[in-house]
Amino acid sequence: MAIQPDQSLWLGLAWGDTGWADEFAHGLVLTIEISLCGYLVGLTLGMLGAGAKLSLHKSLNRIGDAYTTIIRALPELLLILLIYYAGTSALVKILVFAGLASEELQISPFTAAVSALGFIYGAYLTDILRGGIEAIHRGQIEAARAFGMGGLLRFRRIILPQMIRYAIPGMANQWLNITKDSSLVSVIGAYELLSAGRGAATATKQYVFYYSVTAMVFLLLSVSSMVLLGFIERRANRGVRRV
Amino acid sequence: MKLDFAYMVMTVLPALILAVPTSLLLLGTSGIIGNALAVPVAVARLSRNPLLWMPAYLFILLMRGTPLLVQMYLVYYGLGQVLSPATMHAFPFLRDGIWYAIFALSINTAGYTGEILRGAILAVPHGEIEAARAFGMSRFLVFWRITLPRAIRICLPTMSSEMIVLLKATSLASTVTVYEVLGTAQAIRVDTFRVYDTLLGAAIVYIGMVFLLTRLLNWIERALGKDRRPLPGTTARPAKA
Repeated sequence: MAIQPDQSLWLGLAWGDTGWADEFAHGLVLTIEISLCGYLVGLTLGMLGAGAKLSLHKSLNRIGDAYTTIIRALPELLLILLIYYAGTSALVKILVFAGLASEELQISPFTAAVSALGFIYGAYLTDILRGGIEAIHRGQIEAARAFGMGGLLRFRRIILPQMIRYAIPGMANQWLNITKDSSLVSVIGAYELLSAGRGAATATKQYVFYYSVTAMVFLLLSVSSMVLLGFIERRANRGVRRV
Repeated sequence: MKLDFAYMVMTVLPALILAVPTSLLLLGTSGIIGNALAVPVAVARLSRNPLLWMPAYLFILLMRGTPLLVQMYLVYYGLGQVLSPATMHAFPFLRDGIWYAIFALSINTAGYTGEILRGAILAVPHGEIEAARAFGMSRFLVFWRITLPRAIRICLPTMSSEMIVLLKATSLASTVTVYEVLGTAQAIRVDTFRVYDTLLGAAIVYIGMVFLLTRLLNWIERALGKDRRPLPGTTARPAKA
């Protein structure tokens, strides 16, 4: 693809071989994929973390506290590099030791990106979910117990539907943050929106234009996420009277 | 390739500690510039004049809606493309990535803190502003003496956690050739192929910096938050903001 100097910059945004629009679209899809998968991993870890922090066992409390404190103190970029370079080689060694994989196993940047983001956002979501559970009136849980509900049923019928409402604003914020932090995984070679923008910018030397386009696509993602999340929040609160 | 504690303590950590001043320089300069810029951003955002609030709204949306790394690249590579070679020649310091990193971190902080400060200004009790007006203070004086100091105290806890975020964000400067703590660790990693020692060393240094900064910010909060302390002899817990 060759851009003539007299061509308008906007022609560079054509779809297909003559422009970068398809690269940007591919990048956007991957950014959403990485963020979504990372968020789901983070939610799982966050649930476990919240469970650990609220547990009656002192040792589980400590593990939960250490997890959130350390992750919060470290820069996201450092954590991503740490998990990509150190974490994956440790994981491969464990898998090889367990006889589950051969020495040649390579963890893809996509998997590393998802696990790194999931691990980081698990810590932030831990405290948000914990706050949501703690906001539920104790009497509700006691009543459920008095009805003879077991732990799992109590969680599914009483805790989860109520905590979600309290946790949604924080969870929405973390979704907006993870879509932006997913740009950091371009540093470890995972392809996403910023990688697409950098490819276009370095190939054409039009840094201002293509990085601005990248920023605009990220902004579009943020704004549409905000609209969608506002809708979800209103829906989650539909049974509650506004004062 | 194993974790070698002796190597980490003897070689990596000293090099990283020598890079701490660069990280702190990024934090200090962009913290001061960013927070100072946040004041006009917040004031413009609250203005009724569309020529003021619309640009401020757009600025905050841009800063908060796009990744800092994209902003950093846009500033570093974009300004590099726009500035003429003659300008670069006249100001040789412009070749250093640190100025672009400070610029990007400052405007980013201005956007985030501007929005925080906007909320805090709205939370200043109205009676205090009316009292100041009744004293005959001009609008500027009311803002300077009453509204701004009160607003800063109200949002101090949020602002200080924003400073921790900024300290962590300085690590992004490593992507635009600044040798701060993470940049130095990355350089050693690339040179020696030592993964664990370098990155874990950087993690230790960042935990240390975050710990010390938290202590410092807590001290500042206590020193500035005299109005929230319980009176001597009472056991009342300070009111939440």
